Amino acid sequence: MTATVPERQPDKQPGGRPRQAAADERLLSASVWKKLLGRPELGSVVGAIAVFAFFAIFADSFVNASSLATVLYASSTIGIMAVPIALLMIGGEFDLSAGVLVTSSALISSMFSYQMTANTWVGAGVSLLVTVAISAFNGFMLTRTRLPSFIITLGTFLMLTGLNLGFTKLISGTVSTKSISDMQGFDSARVVFASTLTIGGVDFKITILWWLVLVLIATWILLRTRLGNWIFAVGGDVDAARAVGVPVDKTKIGLYTGVGFGAWVSGQHLLFSYDVVQSGEGVGNELIYIIAAVIGGCLITGGYGSAVGAAIGALIFGMANKGIVFAEWNPDWYKFFLGAMLLLAALLNAWVRKRAEATT
Amino acid sequence: MTDDHTPLVELDGVSKYYGNIRALEDVSLLVNAGEITCVLGDNGAGKSTLIKIIAGLHQHDAGTFRIEGEQTRLASPREALERGIATVFQDLAVVPLMPVWRNFFLGSEPTKGAGPFKRLDVELMRRTTREELLRMGIDLRDVDQPIGTLSGGERQSVAIARAVYFGAKVLVLDEPTAALGVKQSGVVLKYVAAARDAGLGVVLITHNPHHAYLVGNRFVLLKRGGMVGSHTREEISLDELTRQMAGGSELDDLRHELERAPAPTHLGGHPRGATE
Repeated sequence: MTATVPERQPDKQPGGRPRQAAADERLLSASVWKKLLGRPELGSVVGAIAVFAFFAIFADSFVNASSLATVLYASSTIGIMAVPIALLMIGGEFDLSAGVLVTSSALISSMFSYQMTANTWVGAGVSLLVTVAISAFNGFMLTRTRLPSFIITLGTFLMLTGLNLGFTKLISGTVSTKSISDMQGFDSARVVFASTLTIGGVDFKITILWWLVLVLIATWILLRTRLGNWIFAVGGDVDAARAVGVPVDKTKIGLYTGVGFGAWVSGQHLLFSYDVVQSGEGVGNELIYIIAAVIGGCLITGGYGSAVGAAIGALIFGMANKGIVFAEWNPDWYKFFLGAMLLLAALLNAWVRKRAEATT
Repeated sequence: MTDDHTPLVELDGVSKYYGNIRALEDVSLLVNAGEITCVLGDNGAGKSTLIKIIAGLHQHDAGTFRIEGEQTRLASPREALERGIATVFQDLAVVPLMPVWRNFFLGSEPTKGAGPFKRLDVELMRRTTREELLRMGIDLRDVDQPIGTLSGGERQSVAIARAVYFGAKVLVLDEPTAALGVKQSGVVLKYVAAARDAGLGVVLITHNPHHAYLVGNRFVLLKRGGMVGSHTREEISLDELTRQMAGGSELDDLRHELERAPAPTHLGGHPRGATE
C-alpha cells in the first residue's frame, strides 16, 4: 500500500519531461533494445567475443597481429562459402554438395589446363562455367521436381565425390592432379587467388579480401535490392511470394549459382596456393558452411538471417581452429568445440528470437 | 470516364460448370463505387467459384461479366489487377518474418539508381507504408516489425491497404473475418468500411450475416451453386437475412429429421451406413 510514492517518481526524474514525452521516450528505448535483440547477428557476435576472450586467456600467442592474420585466413576460406550458403539458406534451401563442389572446381581448372596445355586462366574460365552450371543444375532440379533440396544436393554431393576421384584417377593415374605451377598464367592467377598482402609488417592472405567483398555484396543484395526482398520472401513463405508475383524459381536458381561462384573462388584458391589438388578433399566442409550460417543467425527453415552473421560464424570457426593450435592442445578437440558452439549458438538464437517477439 | 451510375462490376446470369458439375448457375451481382456487396453462403455454396471468376482465376461459361459497363472475360489474375480488381485471399499472401514495409511492396518494389547501384527506395517504401496504413486508421509503432507479430485483424488490414495503394477500384475480400474473434472482426470491418468510404467498390464474401449486415449495401445469397436471394439493405432486415442464410425452411426440415433419426449402431440402431 506504499506504492503511491514510487508511482510518482517518473515525474521527478532528471530532465523533468512532461508525462506524455516520457511515455514516448520509453517506447523509443524499448524499440532500440528490441531492434538490437532482433538482429540475426547478435548470437554470433556474442559467441565471437566469448571465443576470442577464451583463447586470449588460454593461448599465449593468440593475441598478436600475425596470429590474427592466420585466424582471418582460416576464417576467410570458410567464409567465402558460408556467405553464399547463408543467402541460399535464407532463401529456404540447402546445398550439401557445396563442399565437394569446391574440389571439383579446382580439379576441373587444373586438369583442363594441364591436359590441353592451355593458359591456366582458360582452365579457370572453363571451371567457372562448369561449376556454376553444376549449381544451376541443383537449382533447376529443385524447381522442376519440387523435391527437397536436401535430397537433390545429397545426390549431387555423392555423384561429385565419385566423379572427383574417378576422373582424377582416370586422367592423372593418381588421386591428385599434376602440378601446373610451371604453366602459363599461373603466376598471375596466383596473384588473384592466393597471394599475400603485407600491411604494416603483417602478412594477410588475399582470400580475406575476397571474403570481405563477398560479404559486402551479399549484404547489399539482401538489404537493398529487389532480389534481396525476394530471397527473404521465397524462404519465408513461398506461396505468398508466388502470389504477389515474385519469380520464385529464378530466385532459387540464382541463389544456387551464387554458391557455384563461391565454390569457384574457393577452388581456384586451393589450386593456386598448392598447385596440386587432392581429389578426395572437401567432404564434410558443406556442414561447416551450414553451421557457420546457422551460428550467424540463419534460420534452418529459411526466411531469416544475414550475410554478416555468416561471416562472423566463419570467424568463430577460424578462431577455434587456430586457437586450439596456438594453445598447443590436441586438434581432436576442434570438432567437439564446434559441436558445442553450434548448440550454444542455436540455443542463444532461439532465446533471443523469443525475447524479441515477446517485447513487441 | 464512367459516371457514378455505371456499376464497377456487374455479373448477369453468370454460370460456371466443371465438367458436368454445376458450380455456379445464373448468379447476378452488382458492385457500385462506394458500396459493399456481400456474398453470403454456406460451405459449397459457390462462393469461391464466384470469387475466382471475379479475380480472373477462372472464366465463366455463361452469362455476362461487365467491368465499368464493358463486357469482359478475364484471362488471368494479372489482367484482373490491371482492370482494377484486387483480391485478398484468406492466406493474405504475406511473409510473416518480413517487416511490414517489405511485405507491403513485395513483388512490386520501387527502385532508384541504375546499373549495379539500382536499389530499393527504402525511404519511399517506409514512408508510403506508414502513410497508407495511417489512412486506413492503423497507427503502427514501427513499420520494421515483422508482419507476423501483428494481430490477425491488422494483417488483414495491411493486405487491404496494399490492394488499395496499388490502384484497386474493386476490392474482393475472401472471408476476411472467418478466423477472427469478435473484436478483431470489428477492426477488419472498420477497414472494409474505410475502403468503401475511399470510393472503392467492395465484394465481401462471408458466411456471417451479422458481419455482412453491419457494413453491407447489397446482399447476394448463394446455395448449392444457385442464387437464392438478392436484396438491397432497404429490402431486408437482419433477422430475415439470418433466417435465409441459416437455411430458413430447411432448418425446420432438419429439426424433423433429427427427431426421426435412427439410433446409432452402438446404441442398438440399425447399421444403415455399413451397407453403403
